[in-house]
This record gives sequence, C-alpha cells and structure tokens, in this order.
Amino acid sequence: MKSRLRTLALAPAAALLAASVGFPFVILAAYAFLSRGAYGGVMPPWTLENWQRLADPLYAGILARSFVVAAVSTALCLVAGFPLALFLARAGRRKNLLLALVMLPFWTSLLVRTYAWMFLLRDTGLVNTILLRAGLTSEPLPLLYNWGAVVLGLVYAHLPFMVLPLYAALERQEPHLLEAAADLGAGEWQAFWRVTLPLAAPGIRAGVLLVFIPCLGAFLIPDLLGGGKTILAGTLIQNQFTASRDWPFGSAVSLALMAAVLVLLWLEVRRRKEPLL
Amino acid sequence: MPGALLALFFLHAPLLVLALFSFNAGRFTVWEGFSLRWYAEAWQDARLVEAAGNSLLIAAAATAAATAAGTLCAWGLWKRESRVLMLGMSLSLVTPEIVTGVALLALFQWLFRFGGFRLGLHTVILAHASFCLAFVVLVVLARLRTMDAALEEAAMDLGATEWQAFRRVTLPNLLPAVLSAALLAFTISFDDYVITSLVAGVDTETLPMVLYAMARRGGSPVVNAISTAVVFLLGAGILAAEALRKPE
Amino acid sequence: MGAHLELRNLVKEYPGHTALAGLSLEIREGEFFALLGPSGCGKTTTLRLIAGFEQPTGGEILLRGARLDGLPPWQRNVSTVFQSYALFPHLTVRENIEFGLRYRNGPAARRAVEECVEMLGLGDKLGRFPRQLSGGEKQRVALARSLVLRPDVLLLDEPLSALDPNLRKQVRVELRALQRRVGITFVFVTHDKEEALSLADRIALLRGGRCEQLGTPQELYLRPRTRFAASFLGPVNWIGGVGLRPEATLVRPAPPAGLPALPARVRAALFLGNCLHVEAEVEGGARVLAEVSRFDGTYEPGQPVYVSWRPEDEIRVRE
Repeated sequence: MKSRLRTLALAPAAALLAASVGFPFVILAAYAFLSRGAYGGVMPPWTLENWQRLADPLYAGILARSFVVAAVSTALCLVAGFPLALFLARAGRRKNLLLALVMLPFWTSLLVRTYAWMFLLRDTGLVNTILLRAGLTSEPLPLLYNWGAVVLGLVYAHLPFMVLPLYAALERQEPHLLEAAADLGAGEWQAFWRVTLPLAAPGIRAGVLLVFIPCLGAFLIPDLLGGGKTILAGTLIQNQFTASRDWPFGSAVSLALMAAVLVLLWLEVRRRKEPLL
Repeated sequence: MPGALLALFFLHAPLLVLALFSFNAGRFTVWEGFSLRWYAEAWQDARLVEAAGNSLLIAAAATAAATAAGTLCAWGLWKRESRVLMLGMSLSLVTPEIVTGVALLALFQWLFRFGGFRLGLHTVILAHASFCLAFVVLVVLARLRTMDAALEEAAMDLGATEWQAFRRVTLPNLLPAVLSAALLAFTISFDDYVITSLVAGVDTETLPMVLYAMARRGGSPVVNAISTAVVFLLGAGILAAEALRKPE
Repeated sequence: MGAHLELRNLVKEYPGHTALAGLSLEIREGEFFALLGPSGCGKTTTLRLIAGFEQPTGGEILLRGARLDGLPPWQRNVSTVFQSYALFPHLTVRENIEFGLRYRNGPAARRAVEECVEMLGLGDKLGRFPRQLSGGEKQRVALARSLVLRPDVLLLDEPLSALDPNLRKQVRVELRALQRRVGITFVFVTHDKEEALSLADRIALLRGGRCEQLGTPQELYLRPRTRFAASFLGPVNWIGGVGLRPEATLVRPAPPAGLPALPARVRAALFLGNCLHVEAEVEGGARVLAEVSRFDGTYEPGQPVYVSWRPEDEIRVRE
C-alpha cells in the first residue's frame, strides 16, 4: 500500500539527519581541500596541503598514538570486563539486579565521572591525601595529567560497553556445555579456553568495536585527565577549530578519523553480513 | 568472584567518593564533618543557575523535537525500511562527538553567511535534537518490532485511515517506549559537553560547560555538589526510562 | 444474478517472484467460498488484495460491479478476520467490537452491536480484555468486530488453524451456521483440504498464482481435472493413467463380476481401527493403497488378490 503518510512521517527525521550528518560532512570534505585564511577563515585556493601535513611525522604520530591508546584501553577493558561478565552470566537469580548495578554509573554524566577521577588523582586529591597521611609518601604523586590517567579514564568510562556484549554472549551459552567438556576430560581452565572463550567470540568482537571506536575519537577524557600534555586525535581536532583556527587542517584530521572508524565498521559489517541496526 | 567484586567497586567508587565529599564541611579532601554549604553556594551562584536553566531548556526543547521526529520516523521505518535513513542514523551514532561538533560548527558558520545569525541557544537545540534522534529511533523501533503489524491493518480494515490507525491502536501501546526514549534523549542532551561547547557561541553557557571550565581550573567543592546533584537527576531519569522500556 | 465479487485477471508481482499470475474468479452473493492451495500459491495475497492492504500489479477487483482496487482499506466495505485475530490489546471486548462504528453513523449501528454480541454469545465478556480470552473466544470477538459493520464480503485468513484440534470440528459447524444466518459472502483462505471441503459452497484451488480448478467440493474431490488437483484433495492411486481414491479401490480375492480387475499381491495390511489400509502391488509395478472396510475380511502380506473398481469412480485427468 503506497503511503503518503509514511513519507511525511519520515520527513522531519530525514531533514534532521541531512542537517546533522549529510551537509556538515559535505562541508568538511570541501574545507579539507581549502586553505586557511589570514584571520582563520576558510578560502581558496584548493590544495592538498592539509593532507600532506597529516603525513608529517608530528601529526601522523598523533594519529598513531590515538590508535595505540585506544588499543591499550580496549585490551584493558577486555581483561577487566571478561571476569566481570562471566560472574554476571553465572549469577543466577540476581543477574538482572547485578547487571543494572554495573550499567548504572554509565548512564550518569560522563563529565562528572571524569571529574571524579580528577578529584581522586590530583595532587590535592583523595588518593594523595591518604598516601601522605599514611606516611607512604612524602610528596604528592603525579597521578593526574599523564597517559596513565587518560587510559584509566577511558577504561573506566567504557567498561560497561565491553561488559554488556560479553555478558549477552556468555549468558546465551548452555550451562551443560561445560558439564559435557568435563565429562570428556577437560579441566576447568581447558574447558574455559576451548569452549567458553571461542563461543564468546562474537561478544568479544562486539565489545572491542564498541570500546575501540569511541576511544579513538575521545576528546573529553584525554582533555581533562591528560591536561595539555597528551594530544590525541580528538584534542587535535578541537584545537584546530578553536585556538589554532585552522579549520581546513582540522577538517582533514576529522575526515581521516572518520575514515578510520568507517573502515573498522565496514570490516565488521562485511564479516557479519548483516546491517548494523 | 572477588575479581568481579573488585570491578564493581571500581565502577562505583569514584562517584560515591565524590558524593560523599560533596557533603564535606571542609574545603579539602580531609573530612571535617557533614555540611550542605557547597550545595547552598552552588544555588546562589547566578552563573551556575543560569547555565543550569539553559541546560534544562535546551534538553526540553531538543527532547521534544527528537522524540516527535524520531517516533514518526520509527513508525515509518517499521512500515517499510529505508536503507538511506538507517545508514544516516548509523553514521550519526558512530561518529565521534568531536567530529559531529566541528561538522555542525562548520555548517552553521557557512549558513550564517546568508543571514545575520549567530551561534546561540537555537543552534545548540538543533544540534542536540540531531544527535538524540538516532537514540529515539532505536528505542521506539525496537518496541515497534515486537508489535503485531496486523493490528494497524485491522484498524484500517474497520474504517480507520492510516493516521487514525496509528493514533488509536499503535500509539497507545507505544507510549511507554516513547516516554523511555524521551527520558533517554533528555539525559543525553543535558549531559553533553563536546558538541555544545562548539556550537553554543560566546553568549550561551550550559551546565556542562560551566562544570568543565571549573574542572579545568582545578575544581572546587562546589563542583562536587553540582556533580552529585546532576548524577542523581540523570540516574533517576535513566532508571525511569528503563522501567518504562520493559513491556508489561 | 451477476457476480457479487469478481476478480479479473489479477496479477501481483514482487521483485524476485510473481505471487499471482492472472487470477480470474467470480464469487456469488451469500456464498461460502474457499481459496485452497499449498503455501506460496497466492491465496493469502489474493485476500490481501481484496482487503486493500496491497495493490494489484495488473487486473481488477469488482464488488457489485464497482471497482475496488485503488481504494484504500478503510473505504472498502470488505472486512477481514486475521489469522491472529489482531484484537486491540488495550481495548476491551466491547471497545474492540465498536471500533469501526466510529466511522459510520446512525442508530442502526447500535442495534448491530447488540445483535452480533447475542449471535456470537459474547454478552458476558464485554468488559474483558483480549489477553483474558481463550482462542475460540478471541475468534468470536474478531468475527463480531467485523460483522457489526455489515460488510459486503467477510474475508477469513486460515480461520481454524490457530485453534486446537478438538475445537476445530466444533467451530467448523458453528462457522457454517453463522454464515447461513447472516447471509454475507464469506471468502476464506486455507491450506487444509478438509476445512475447505466441509465448509465451502465452492472451492477455488490455487497453484502458482493461478486457479487450477474451480468447483463444488464434490466436483473437486470426485472429478479433479489435473494430477495436482487430484492429489491435493486427497490420496489417489494411479493405475495406467486412471486415478482411484483409496476408498474406491477394491481389493478382492477373486475378480468381481462386471468390473475391471487387475491381479496383484498384498505388500502390507495395516489395521487402523475403523478400517484396513491394504497396500498392494499390481502386476506391472504400480502400487496402490486401498481402504478396506474391516468387515470385508483380513489380508496377509504376500497374499494374491485382485484390485478392482467401479468405472464411475475413475478419475481421468487432462495432462
């Protein structure tokens, strides 16, 4: 049944999406090939200079570092999240309550949660206060404004994103599988390695994707927890559009970041042969 | 098991500590007794109150727009798929916030050449409505897919037009999911910093923007108080959204 | 009297497959008409085209001579009882039944509700919600909801399939009585031959988007015109180009006088309680299944017999 109403119903959303996804990216794509004006605007001539700058070791290094930081954070999330997901999946009747407890902090403000770590880690923060008071150190430890703090913050913020798909995959596994493995001679560790882990693979893949991609483009956490000392792709982009006023270059970096994200997604979608939503 | 408990503790400790110290009578991280002075101070800070007001206003407006557009869009997609729209929404969801923010900024600045507009509340609301849209569609569409498509057909068969069928049959059953989506959109909008900071312009401030500035400067106990308040507000919102999302 | 509901050369194509390849039918007023066929034959598509949920790619649908295709569902005086009944879960039984009345006016509407409620025995269930009803009750509410609008045609999609088997036989009888009482044209879709045979005045057997054969239940069962029609309506034995229903296939120790007979050997004899199923292999290789009354003796595997039949029971097909 042809439906005019349906087309009308889709129109507002389509307009919003065109305005927030369609046109902006077209503009960014154009800007990436233009030059920086004298006062920070965007103007001709068309050039490839912005892309050449990306290849510059300084900037390429920043992008590479973003990958590394994202990878490290993702790996840590996996290592920390797997036991937690396993525990939740085997928790029995209180499963749902525990799951809600795990997810709850995620749903509150990211800004607040990041600030909470600042409160804990800075020189006058709680951790240092306790250490000083207990006499374990004579000077405050520089726990904040470094790579460690950034990774900690990223792991903290994205852990629920790893736990959820892992939990979903593990929870689906038939409990009798492990019994069968034991019956056939496998010890606990072997059963885990040969049965539980491989079957959890889809969950691992989903979790990795859900954590890696946001970490790659993270801005707030590196900015607050890293101070000015850690520059990643997100902070670089923000900088180009504000303080440095180099929009063409910022556009190029943004598009490069988007390209990386899309490639990763395309690989996964092609693997799964089904759409994302 | 102990590892799991440690992880749970790790997840909640920072917020609990923050909340605890928001009631600290003292200024530093040494407990000096229970007090509400920081909450009082926050309440009296005109800049904070105005920013909070802006955040609420923006969230309300953006939520209304995103929920209306998103619900209709989900319904349209439920009747027949649109790969273009699904792609657009997927993009909206996976794009890093910083990229969405600068992209919108570039769009606005380009558009403003044609009129005398500036960045302000309206650009923030538009931006928020846009990025909340995909979440609304996600929640509402998921609920629609559990519903029997034959119900709307039955209504039309009995004499109702498409719109009447939607209004009398689908919408009443969809309302909990719509409300849940609205609450979700509200919390996402209220908490946003990155995109807001880029498209708000010089004259407009939201609560996250103020919080960010204060945190950047080193923080103060007032920040603890506001943070705790925000966490409770958003936490309550999300719990309500979750409760509504589960079909009876 | 002309056709009440007429389908002219109806075509429905989807990207990738053709659901209807040119269906033409004339359904008479007050008929209980069945669309019978295997899954994928196009019967449900036909129903949806008549109801208006889809538009035909080609062809026409006429009701009382006026074009129906092109009109949206809410403008057609045709009502559908869905396979899942599609009762509105947030409305009571009464509100469900009264749903369509909002788009009509007049006091006649009120009376129609009382009549339908009484006719379908729903008087004491009006305040309940669909989730509180049994399968049979839900069907009656769905029927009431549609009948209250006095449609020209009532469409039923697999009306008995959602009911549990014990209920089916009873509902069959009630449905037939209901149709006789209201006198409205009923068109129903089914894959179950027993359902079609027992309920319908006429049956259209569909296959591959076309009408394979149209006729009364007797015509379809006793005189099918194709092999497909013959085997769809029931088991059939083929002996040298002639078809025989098992109950018409006779097994005798000696060739009966005046009837064609073929020598055969019993391969198996299964006692089914009320009858025997005797499998015999005719000389020449053909295997037949004969339904033999249990009063007609017993048979053993290996026993030589004669397979016989009355000429008037022969099924001859055109292929």
